[in-house]
Amino acid sequence: MIYNASMMAVGIFLVFVGFTLALSFYLGGKAKSSAGYFTAHGQIPWFVNGIAFAGDYLSAASFLGICGMIAFYGYDGFLYSIGYLAGWIVALFVIAEPMKRLGKFTFADALNSKFQSRGIQLAAGISTLAVSVFYLIPQMVGAGVLVRPLLGFPHWAGVVMVGAVVILIVVTAGMVSTTWVQFLKGSLLVAFSAVLTVMILQRGLEVQPGGRDGHVFSAIELTQGLATDPQSLTPQSLTPQAIEKQLGELGFDVLPQPSAWSDKGYWRVASSDGRQLLLRQTPSPDGSQWLRECQTVELLADGTELDNGQIQGTTLDDGTKAQLYPTGFLSKLPQGAERTGPLGPLSFFRTLNESEVILWGSEKLTSEAGQVVTIYYPKPTPGSHVLRPGEHPIFSGIRQPGVWPKLNFLSLMLALFCGTASLPHILIRYYTVKDASAARKSTIVGIAAIGFFYVLTLYMGLGAMTSGSLDVTNSNMAAPLLARSMNEWLFAMISAIAFTTVLGTVSGLILASAGAVSHDILKNVVGLEMSDHQQVRVAKLASVAVGMLAIVLGILFEKMNVNYLVGWAFSVAASANLPALVMLLFWPQTTKQGIIAAVIVGMASSLGWILLSQDTFSQVYAVARPEWLASVIPFSQPGIVTIPLSFLTLVLVSLATQDRK
Amino acid sequence: MIDPSAQDCNTRLGLRLFLFYALFYLAFVLVNAFAPQLGEWQVVGGLNLAVTWGFALIGLAFILALIYGMACVPETGDKP
Repeated sequence: MIYNASMMAVGIFLVFVGFTLALSFYLGGKAKSSAGYFTAHGQIPWFVNGIAFAGDYLSAASFLGICGMIAFYGYDGFLYSIGYLAGWIVALFVIAEPMKRLGKFTFADALNSKFQSRGIQLAAGISTLAVSVFYLIPQMVGAGVLVRPLLGFPHWAGVVMVGAVVILIVVTAGMVSTTWVQFLKGSLLVAFSAVLTVMILQRGLEVQPGGRDGHVFSAIELTQGLATDPQSLTPQSLTPQAIEKQLGELGFDVLPQPSAWSDKGYWRVASSDGRQLLLRQTPSPDGSQWLRECQTVELLADGTELDNGQIQGTTLDDGTKAQLYPTGFLSKLPQGAERTGPLGPLSFFRTLNESEVILWGSEKLTSEAGQVVTIYYPKPTPGSHVLRPGEHPIFSGIRQPGVWPKLNFLSLMLALFCGTASLPHILIRYYTVKDASAARKSTIVGIAAIGFFYVLTLYMGLGAMTSGSLDVTNSNMAAPLLARSMNEWLFAMISAIAFTTVLGTVSGLILASAGAVSHDILKNVVGLEMSDHQQVRVAKLASVAVGMLAIVLGILFEKMNVNYLVGWAFSVAASANLPALVMLLFWPQTTKQGIIAAVIVGMASSLGWILLSQDTFSQVYAVARPEWLASVIPFSQPGIVTIPLSFLTLVLVSLATQDRK
Repeated sequence: MIDPSAQDCNTRLGLRLFLFYALFYLAFVLVNAFAPQLGEWQVVGGLNLAVTWGFALIGLAFILALIYGMACVPETGDKP
């Protein structure tokens, strides 16, 4: 899709970013010491810290990724909401108060509180860096996503922009400003998401033949060769001749296409008004057979993009620009209604459950010229199916027989549960309040705000699914485009808030990384003698380096769903950090060697698993995975193997090193 | 001055609540993994089991957090 900038959106956006920067500069002046820079002197009020937890946590993944995943696949995206929120239970009941008691600046401080070991500092410092960088990728991708429809910039420009602004914030400010910025953004994000949800319910549901641009997607019910009962129709009863005959009667000319396309049920046709369409034979949930209009994207060797066979952006005969049409609409409502009018929070689900939604699938085929063509095809889907798990490829294994296909799902849900309490930028927030009681209270406030937001994600995602505004090529765009379908003002506000939330989350992550480099590694491991001010300066230099790395990675990972990327970050965090932290707190026989081994084994095994998984090969490297790897790494989510492995390593190494305790 | 017995008491309470929630979460995950068709069962007010249980997990997290916050014993000069 082509995104045009809106002046109002740009104006509101600039006001937000300007205010964020001004606040950062103002408060940054108060954080000259390392205690001020990393932990705001432990003087943040617990309520503010709790909402800042929400600001930190409700990042690009939560807002863009979850809404996008729900909009494209339904309930499966909500599983992430549930897992992310459940993880806070581990944080509150198991980790929060001991973390506050044990540490000073960083996660490594807490792990090392009992042993004073350089090895622990080094392992935990590296683990913090690895997790933070993994978590930074989706945030940067999310920044690029937000800037495209808002300012009309390409993805890379958005990533560079957010990288530059964040580096500026972190270098000039510190934890005090990051916290207050997160407090404001966390509050605004939750409040405006609630407004958006109310508007979704007020708008209700409506049957549409296409998206909000007015394009009507052709849909032809196949009846040739049938007697009277469409229910008796089977794909086998539809001969190509019968279909061609019906198309001819409707005024379409059938055009030649690669035979491989025909075998997959595609028909290339020219309509009487000269338009060329690609149709795909698709069954409807009621058993009837249809030819439905698809959309295509073809990248030529010179980088030109063909959208539906036309060079993107060229002016067509009807005066519109060649681009993909927005999607996301209902094809049926209960009792044949055309629209519902305003719905309540429960009747929204009840109505959707009895409706039919047009979701979109995709596949890549080769054109006559040998170019790879991505085809997006409509999939009429019962509403009841989008409100149940198992539609997304990640979760499709749960609908297959046997235990093996289900392990990917079980692994992800375990990592989400264990990951929250292991994220360095969340853990360091326990040092910004004065005591264990304040840590507890701020976590409760955080759970309230985050939980409320996650309930809203289901409404926003399903609202986007039926908004007629989806970009079929990019699920991350769903939430901003949903807001745009309401009005430009809301779109501008939501985008600006989401963008500044990305800024804040990235700031927090870079702060955690900077702390790992300057405090854990350089000061405590290398033994570099640094004054307080020098430590802050080194941390700022580290922030610049990490920020630049994040920019590069954010550009490389553009097409991946941000939520999926965050799932990986959770797996690495849960494997590397949680076992060491939990065993240190609850198993007296834990040794420093056990902690070091657990952190290294958990981090290396989870990173290795991810880098060699099928998903990484297909979506990041874009090459075929060697066959033999399938037997070593049979599913993509590592948690169910690597978290227990890290626990086991700690126990075995600790038992073997008891005499050296 | 920190009171270790108060700390122990809070830790025990936290672990109990954690176990309770973890079991509820585990049941949700296992049902979704091994009996996903149950998710379509209409429970109340037009909500199916999958959505109801998901909302319940989020709501329960908040309720348990509140219980914990109110039941924790002050460990030092903290106000309850």
